Amino acid sequence: MKFFVRLLIFILILFNASNNVYADNIDEILSALQKSNFSEKEELITKLGNIQTNKSLKVLKSLEKGILYYIKKSKINVFAKKVDKKYELTDITSGKNIGLIKKNKIKRISLNNKLRKYTRTIIAKSSLLSDNKNMRIEAAKTIFESNSIELLPLISQALKNEKNKNVIKELLKTQASLSLLSGDKLLINKSLDYLMKTTDPEIISVVNQFIEKYKTEDSYKEEIIKANNLLNKINSDIKLYKLIENLFFGLSLGSVLFIAAVGLAITFGVMGVINLAHGEMIMIGAYTTYVIQLIFPQLIEYSLFIALPFAFLVTGLIGVVIERLVIRYLYGRPLETLLATFGISLILQQLVRSIFSPINMPVTTPQWMSGMLNIHPALSLAYGRLYIIAFSISIFIALLILLRKSHFGIEIRAVMQNRPMARAMGIKTNWIDSMTFGLGSGIAGIAGVALSQITNVGPNLGQSYIIDCFMVVVFGGVGNIWGTLSGAFLLGVGNKFLEPYSGAVLAKIITLIFLIVFIQKKPKGMFALKGRAAEINQ
Amino acid sequence: MTSLQNKMMGSILYIDGVTVDFDGFKALNNLSFTVAPNTLQAIVGPNGAGKTTFMDVVTGRTKPTQGRVIFKENINLFKYDETSIVDLGIARKFQKPSIFPNHTVMKNLELAAYKNKSIWSSTFYRKINNNLHLIEDIANQINLDSFLYEQAGSLSHGQKQWLEIGMLLSQECDVLMLDEPVAGMTDEETYKTSNLFKKIAKERSLIVIEHDVDFVQSLNCHVTVLHEGAVLAEGQMKDLKNNSSVIEVYLGR
Amino acid sequence: MISNFIILNILRGDIRTKAFLLILLFIAIIVPLLNIYVPAGSFFHLTDYHISLFGKYLTYGLLALSLDLIWGYCGILSLGHGAFFALGGYCIGIHFMREIGPRGVYGDPILPDFMVFLNWSDLPLAWYGFDSFSYTLLMIIIVPGLLAFIFGWFAFKSRVNGVYFSIITQAMTYALMLAFFQNDFGFGGNNGLTDFKDVLGFSLQNHTTKIFLFLLSVLALAIGYLVSNSLVNSHSGVVLKGIRDQEDRLRFLGYRVENYKLCAFVVSAMLAGIAGALYVPQVGIINPGEFAPLKSIEVVVWVALGGRGTLFGAILGGVIVNLAKSYFTVNFPEIWLYFLGGLFVLVTLFLPNGLVGVIKKIFVFIKNKKEKSF
Repeated sequence: MKFFVRLLIFILILFNASNNVYADNIDEILSALQKSNFSEKEELITKLGNIQTNKSLKVLKSLEKGILYYIKKSKINVFAKKVDKKYELTDITSGKNIGLIKKNKIKRISLNNKLRKYTRTIIAKSSLLSDNKNMRIEAAKTIFESNSIELLPLISQALKNEKNKNVIKELLKTQASLSLLSGDKLLINKSLDYLMKTTDPEIISVVNQFIEKYKTEDSYKEEIIKANNLLNKINSDIKLYKLIENLFFGLSLGSVLFIAAVGLAITFGVMGVINLAHGEMIMIGAYTTYVIQLIFPQLIEYSLFIALPFAFLVTGLIGVVIERLVIRYLYGRPLETLLATFGISLILQQLVRSIFSPINMPVTTPQWMSGMLNIHPALSLAYGRLYIIAFSISIFIALLILLRKSHFGIEIRAVMQNRPMARAMGIKTNWIDSMTFGLGSGIAGIAGVALSQITNVGPNLGQSYIIDCFMVVVFGGVGNIWGTLSGAFLLGVGNKFLEPYSGAVLAKIITLIFLIVFIQKKPKGMFALKGRAAEINQ
Repeated sequence: MTSLQNKMMGSILYIDGVTVDFDGFKALNNLSFTVAPNTLQAIVGPNGAGKTTFMDVVTGRTKPTQGRVIFKENINLFKYDETSIVDLGIARKFQKPSIFPNHTVMKNLELAAYKNKSIWSSTFYRKINNNLHLIEDIANQINLDSFLYEQAGSLSHGQKQWLEIGMLLSQECDVLMLDEPVAGMTDEETYKTSNLFKKIAKERSLIVIEHDVDFVQSLNCHVTVLHEGAVLAEGQMKDLKNNSSVIEVYLGR
Repeated sequence: MISNFIILNILRGDIRTKAFLLILLFIAIIVPLLNIYVPAGSFFHLTDYHISLFGKYLTYGLLALSLDLIWGYCGILSLGHGAFFALGGYCIGIHFMREIGPRGVYGDPILPDFMVFLNWSDLPLAWYGFDSFSYTLLMIIIVPGLLAFIFGWFAFKSRVNGVYFSIITQAMTYALMLAFFQNDFGFGGNNGLTDFKDVLGFSLQNHTTKIFLFLLSVLALAIGYLVSNSLVNSHSGVVLKGIRDQEDRLRFLGYRVENYKLCAFVVSAMLAGIAGALYVPQVGIINPGEFAPLKSIEVVVWVALGGRGTLFGAILGGVIVNLAKSYFTVNFPEIWLYFLGGLFVLVTLFLPNGLVGVIKKIFVFIKNKKEKSF
């Protein structure tokens, strides 16, 4: 075993030596470190800092953290971490695990406090000068967290040369935070003024530290007041951003609800038909996305755009078929339609189970959907949610134009308002019904594509959305997509604002109860048609 | 004030400045007129003149935006819901004949005739039908005496209209409001209905909404012409036929 | 003046009632006999499992009956009737849990095992009183009835009709399901209530208890049928059918339509509660799954298949569909949802009056043929 480990390490060293220009140098320093005293170590650390490669940085960091060891026998340097009673060794260059070893076989390269601080400075300094901007941000963050006041000049130096906006932001924050503890009144005031502008919540602990340190000293009275104001400002900003974040979550949930429900609103409004299979149309849309990703694995980034028209066509077609085969025989009998479509929903669910499987299918999220948009240190918005909101609004606008401007839309609305009259005017109500049902189902399919990104794609996907969809339609008022939009957004936002107080499930229950009560007060929804015409239609 | 008081005195229905606003569309616009007891009164007007809305307002189905309807000189109808208004004595027939198709004619009339309509009495007390005589009498009047045990759904359209009128009679209300009672009737049926109405009007007030000008003329009664939710003209049909504004908006020939 | 309510109805009773009661009587005699006197190996032998299974079907029959009362006669389609069924079941379940007493795994004299497991120190308020059997019986009727009353009061007063009513009943049962799934709600959360021991001192595993519960189900179904039958044949029934066909006409005849609806809804909920309370001891568990919207909608297809507005048809539908379910889910689990879904579509399209409608047509056809041949 020992032999094997040694052999392995030997091979690794050989391998590295051929690849790394500075390897010899680092290795020399490392072996020198093994037997040097503290003052010699300081020199060696400085040397290490001057090398400025990833490896040297890594070694420095490990030295600072105290995980740099060497194996007593072979004098080979390794990283070691205590696991149970033994030490797990990691190769310095490759970062690969090279086995467990007993404590007495290795020795740590130790530092004293002064040296450790020095190392930290060296690390930050060398990373601050790195070419990689992420590395520089990282360095600034490390320094920020370490509160090492002695690094203040270093930061100021770095700020002078820095060009990147993000790095400057991070550096300024670090500078301000370090200045606060510097004891220099001018710096403190400057720092407080700067922090007042950014109100970064991460600064709170430093400000508290500052207050704690100087609260007994009369000469800092003004600064303490200023600091307290700063804290208040930060807290109120956090509240504000929390509110905005909640609103954003609510809007994105509302968008999801809108996309899911609007197809239902159209079919219900035009035909008075309760389509309980609507949820399954959404599910089929989601499965279409899955199938598209399966067929074009190399086009994952574009898969959603490919899936949209396909989902629309597939579910729209299924919708037309259902309408022709079943629903058209049940007009004027809404309760029977409800039952028949429920039957269809069961069949579709089982069909999906038979064709695919009862378990959830993996749908990949394209790169551009993930990630966050940083607006403020206390507020970042997920791109996925932003796209969903934008998507739902574009669907809304498209539908609005379709219903308001197109001939088809005018016919739909004519049938919605007065079916017999529309028929008398020569509108083929039969054809309109089919097309409307197809349209409603098609939109459900599109909704499925969107939902495939935020929920599990399985046979029960539809069932979990159908009740919400109905609530939205009923809440918003039948036959009015403005109502559906505002209903969905109100419910979404309401739900998200309840959640912090009540928990997700209770929020949902409260929303349901609210809706049950709401329907009692306004049985026709928020934006109902008034007058006799509305009653005749019901 | 005195003239208003005078108008209200002796009226069975007093409609005072009623406005119904459906989102900006005024179905009734400051409508005022009176109905005297035990008379026949017809209401005519083009589509959308507010005839049915007027009926909805009186029977409590639609709450007006403004105004009031006073029944029997001192009862403000807006404080009551549909059922209470029926209890007060105003019965209503719908535009579309609405009868119970799965019950016999007899059951239809019985449903209307029973005095105690609470669920308790309906469930636990067998109806000792004191009203059998009344029902047979009414069936006679509406020419359905030989159909008493037929399913109401199997009646002809005109007969259904009659059955509904019969149900209103069984309720023994003071005011009967009828929305297009002769729609779909044959000429003979219409003629019979006209006579029936004249007879009923001896004991009750009848308010008839009708499109059929000849029928209204045959009723030989006071006619109110509605237009855009307000009274356009009042008087006898034969006079109104010569009224230029009525001709313009309604008769139009 | 008290009229032909219940008793007179039986004596005078129409032929259908008599026939139905005779069938029930036959079942009540033959099923226990086949269990007790036919030897275990015989084809005709019914095991204890079968007794409970048949008992379960009968409770489903009662549930279907309760739905038919409001849907078939009053035109109110409740898509949340499973909630009343489940509430009745939870009531008796709570009683059984309290009956276990110190015999639970943790041996706490009062708290059921799951509460001990959750580190609760006190019994939730809702659980008080359920140690008494008579209180429990009362609650089985009152809890579903009260929920139906409050729900119906608001819904009917504000004229929530048709599909809107159906949707909010579905929302109701969905909300209840979510609530009962919560541990904090205090009724066993996900797992529900199970591991019952005995009722009134008799073990629930006992063969005699099982037969007794079966007979009780028969009795409950018979009484439920008689109550419903008397209701629909009284003048109220005439009114209820009137509501179904022409609600507005009835209102303008001076009937307080909402009171009739409310009354029918409450009675129906109570019947469903009783069905649930008989269901639970025979299957040995009650969990929040019973509140699932799917379960409630399933009941509707039972009624539709059997023939709505016939009472007998609803019971028939309930029993037939569940027999089919037992058969399919054991032998062809893949097919079951196709079958059930197809049933929904076909019944609504081709059998608007259900099986009873078909039987009636056949009778009429035979009668006509006979008349012709004379």
